[in-house]
Amino acid sequence: MNGGKQVYNYIGENVRRVDGYEKVTGCAKFADDLQMPGMLYAKIKKSSIAHGRILSIDTSKAESFKGVKAVITGKDVPNRVGLYLEDKTFLAVDRVRFIGEAVAAVAAETQEIADEAVELIDVQYEEMPAVFNAFDALKVGAPLLHENLGNYKYGSIFFPEPGTNISNHYKIRKGDVEKGFEKADMIIENKFYVPHIQHAPLENHTVIALTEPTGKITVWSACQSPYAVRRALSVAFKVPLNKIRVVSHYVGGGFGCKAGTTLEGIAIPLSRRLCGKPVKLSFTREEDMVCTFIRQGCHAIIKTGVKKDGRIVAEENTFYWEGGAYTEYGVNITRAGGYASTGPYDIPNVKADSYCVYTNQPVGGPYRGFGMSEIHFAIEQNLDMIAIKLGMDPVEFRKVNALKDGGHTVTNQELHNVGLLECIEKAAKEIKWGEASISTIPYKARGKGFACMYKAPSMPNNAGSSAVIKLNEDATANLLISAIDLGQGAYTVLAQIVAEVLTIPVDSISVIAGDTDCTPYEWQTVASRITYCCGNAVLKAAEDVKRQLIKLGSIKLALPEEDVELKDGFVCSKIYADRKIPIENLSLGLTMPDGSGVHGPIIGRGSFIPPNVRDTDKETGQGDKPVAFWSIGCQGVEIEVDKETGRIDVLKVAAAYDVGKAVNPQLAKAQIEGGIVQGIGSALFEQLLMEDGRVLNPSFTDYKIPAVSDVPEMVVNLVEVPEITGPFGARGVGEAAMVPTAPAIANALYDALGIRVNTLPIIPEKVLHALKEKRINECKADIYD
Amino acid sequence: MRHTISFVINGEAFTVDVEPNRTLLKMIREDLNLTGTKEGCGAGECGSCTVIVDKKAVNSCMMLAVEADGREITTVEGLAKNGVMDSLQEAFMNNAALQCGYCTPGMLMSAKALLMRNPNPTDDEIREAISGNLCRCTGYKTIVDAIKTASSAE
Repeated sequence: MNGGKQVYNYIGENVRRVDGYEKVTGCAKFADDLQMPGMLYAKIKKSSIAHGRILSIDTSKAESFKGVKAVITGKDVPNRVGLYLEDKTFLAVDRVRFIGEAVAAVAAETQEIADEAVELIDVQYEEMPAVFNAFDALKVGAPLLHENLGNYKYGSIFFPEPGTNISNHYKIRKGDVEKGFEKADMIIENKFYVPHIQHAPLENHTVIALTEPTGKITVWSACQSPYAVRRALSVAFKVPLNKIRVVSHYVGGGFGCKAGTTLEGIAIPLSRRLCGKPVKLSFTREEDMVCTFIRQGCHAIIKTGVKKDGRIVAEENTFYWEGGAYTEYGVNITRAGGYASTGPYDIPNVKADSYCVYTNQPVGGPYRGFGMSEIHFAIEQNLDMIAIKLGMDPVEFRKVNALKDGGHTVTNQELHNVGLLECIEKAAKEIKWGEASISTIPYKARGKGFACMYKAPSMPNNAGSSAVIKLNEDATANLLISAIDLGQGAYTVLAQIVAEVLTIPVDSISVIAGDTDCTPYEWQTVASRITYCCGNAVLKAAEDVKRQLIKLGSIKLALPEEDVELKDGFVCSKIYADRKIPIENLSLGLTMPDGSGVHGPIIGRGSFIPPNVRDTDKETGQGDKPVAFWSIGCQGVEIEVDKETGRIDVLKVAAAYDVGKAVNPQLAKAQIEGGIVQGIGSALFEQLLMEDGRVLNPSFTDYKIPAVSDVPEMVVNLVEVPEITGPFGARGVGEAAMVPTAPAIANALYDALGIRVNTLPIIPEKVLHALKEKRINECKADIYD
Repeated sequence: MRHTISFVINGEAFTVDVEPNRTLLKMIREDLNLTGTKEGCGAGECGSCTVIVDKKAVNSCMMLAVEADGREITTVEGLAKNGVMDSLQEAFMNNAALQCGYCTPGMLMSAKALLMRNPNPTDDEIREAISGNLCRCTGYKTIVDAIKTASSAE
C-alpha cells in the first residue's frame, strides 16, 4: 500500500497507547522490579586507572566475606565480542582501558554485602601512558589501545587501520573537490567540537541472569534488542542460541544506551557458578553514567566552496570521533557520520573523512541520532556562516541547496519523495522567519535560528524483522514481535497496522514482545527503524492472516476470492451485504457442511528486509542505495539571551518533519517534543566533564538534564510525503527529533548578539566570553579605522 | 537493631521491622512488593521515587523507613479506586503524557499531591509541582497538559 489519500480506520488515528494502563497504574514490571526466590545481588569492581596492565587480582578476601556466593574476573569470560568490531570483553582480561571499566564482579545474598565485598578485591595495575582526546591519540608514537586491532573480526563495511588508534576510517569521494573549490567564488572553513554526553534514561541498566542445571541460560534485561544480546552471549560463552533466552519487557528509556550488550555478559558467568540461582546486576546512577555507553565526542572541520548565487559547489569534511576505549559500536557511528556528512543538501563535489579514534575514555556508543546531532551542529552553523557572508537569508540559502526530488546525496544516491522544502516552509512560517525578534527587557536580546537535518537508519543491509500473528478463536489476536517499546510507541503503532488490515479493534490485539524463546527475530530496536522495518513485517503477517481468511471465507460463502473482503471483523461479499461470516468462525479453520474441518488454525507470518540496500564503494563511499530510507526535517527556534549573565532561554521551537505517514500523529508529535527538549539539554547544559579520563559529574546533581522549567513553546508539523517502501508510506522520526535543535539555537544566538559559539554546550560562560571577545574586536576595529 | 514501625499505605495498615538505615523507597519496593515506585538516582534528584506521605509529595529515597512510623502513605498503586482510574491516570493516557513510563508513577504522585491541596492550579503552579520530577522522554508539555485536564475534570 502507498500513502495516498486513502481513508483508514486506524492508520492516522490518535489511538491511546496500548501499554498505557500498565504504566500509569504501576503494574508494568521493569527489570529491577522483578523479584525471584533465592535471588542474589551483584556488584562490579571498576578500574581506577585509565590505561594499564592488570598484574594481579586478589579476590580471596571478597570470596571469604560472609554472604558472598561467587566472584569472577576476566579469566572467566575472556572471549572478545562486539556488534561491528570484536574489540571488547565483558570484564577486562589483562588490561584496562578506561576509568570505570569492569574488572571483576561479586554475587552475594544482599546488595549491601556485594557492595562491601567488591571493596575487598585488590587489583594491582602497571599503569601505561594514556590518551584523552582524538588528536593525541592520532599522533605518531601515541600509545595504542588495541595493538591487536589487525586480528579482530569486523564487518566488511568497516575499515580499521591496525597499528594506529583508528578503528574505522570511512571515506566519501564524490566528484572532484579540488576542481570544485577552484570554481568557487568563496571558500569558508570552520572548526567545531561536540563533547561527550550521557543518555540519562530514568531507568538504570539492570539485568537478571539465571543458569539452570540443564545449561539453559535466561536473561531478563532492560535492553533494546533481545536478539542482539542473545547472539553476543552465544558467541561469548559458546552456548547454542536455543539454549539462551533473553527477555525484555518494559524498558525505562533507551536512546541507544540499552542497544547491543552492556552488562548481560557480567551477570551470566556469575549465574553459571551459581546454578539455579538468579543473579541481579543493577547499576547505580553513577555506574550508569560511566560504565555503559556514552555519546562520543566529535571534532568537525567543515570546508565549503560556494558560488555568489548561493550554490555550494564543493565541500570537504573531516570528523574525528572520540570513540572511547572500545568502539565495537562506535565504528558504525563514524560510518553514519561519513555517509551523511554534508547534511540534507545536494552538493556535486564532496570529500569526507570520518575517523573513529580510540581514547582512554568511557565507551562511546549509539545515542539518539547516531552521529547526526554531532555533525549537524557543525554543518548547520557553517551554513549560516556562509549565508551571512554571502548576504543571503539563511533559510533561502538552505532552500537553494536543499535535497529535492531527483537530487543526489553524498553517496550519489538519487532521491525521490523528498519533503525537505515543505518542512522548511512550514517551520519557517510557524517561527515567523523574517520578522525580527525584539526583547522588551534592555539587558536581554532575542534572536531566531534555523537548522535542517536528515538521517537514515545505520543498520546492516540485511537487518531483518519478523512478526507472527495468532488469531484467537474469538477474533482477538496476539501479535508476537521482538521490537521493544522503549516509550516511542512501537506497540501501539504496530497494533494499529494489524487492526487496519484485519478490521478488528486495536484493543482486541495483544502485543507480546521481547522473548527470544517465543517471539520471532528482530535485528534491534534502534535507528528509528521499527515503524518501517517491523511495521512492514507486521503488515505482511496481517496480510497473511487476511489471505487465509479470504480463502476460507470465500469457500464458505461460495464466492470467488476477488469478490470477498474483510470489513468490521467479518469476511464479507463486496456486493451482497448479507453474505458474510464473522472472522472468529474461521480462526481455527473451516468446518464444512459434512462436519469435517479444513486448513487448521490461522497463523500469520511476515518477514522483512529493506529492499535492495547495497554496500558502498570502499574507496569512494559512492553507492546508489546505501540506506533503506531517509528521514528529513528542520527546526526554527526563537531564544532570549541575557547579556549580563549569558543565560539562554529557548522561547519557541517550530519543528517540521516528513514522517511519510503518521500512523499515530499524537505519538509522533510526542516523540518530536521529547527530542526537542533532549536537544535543548545537549545545546545548553549537558557535558560529561572529564579530567584525564575520569568523569567528574556522574550524577543528576552535576549533570543537568532538562526539567519542566526548561521547556519552550513547541509547535510540531507533520509533513507526509510518502516513503513508497514504508508501511502505509511511513518512515521513522524518533532520532531525527533532536538533531537540529542545538545548531538552531547556536544560529539564533548569532542572530541575537552577533556571536558564535563553536562548541557545545552553549553555557553562559561561553556566551559572556564571546561577547567580551566581540567587544574587544570592535574596539580594535575602531582604533584602526 | 531493627525497629518496629506501623503505618498505613494505600489504605492498608502494616506493621514491619526495619533496619534504621533502610530507606522508605527500599521498604516499599522490596518489603511490601509495591514496585510501582521507582529508583532513578537514589539521591533525591530525579523524583522517580515520589510518594505521598501525609498529603505531601516526598522523595522516598531520601526518607528513612523509620520516619514513616504513624504516617499515611500513598503510592501509585493507591491511585485507582476499586479498579476505577484516577482522573490523572486517565488524563495521562489521553494526552500521551507518558512514553517509557519510568518517571510516570513519581510524576503522578507529585501531580496528585498538588491537586489534593490545590484543585485548580495555574500552569506555573503545575510546573512548580513537577519541577523535581525528571523525564527524558516526553518533553514535559503533554504532562503539564494532562495535569491541567485532570484538574478541570475533578
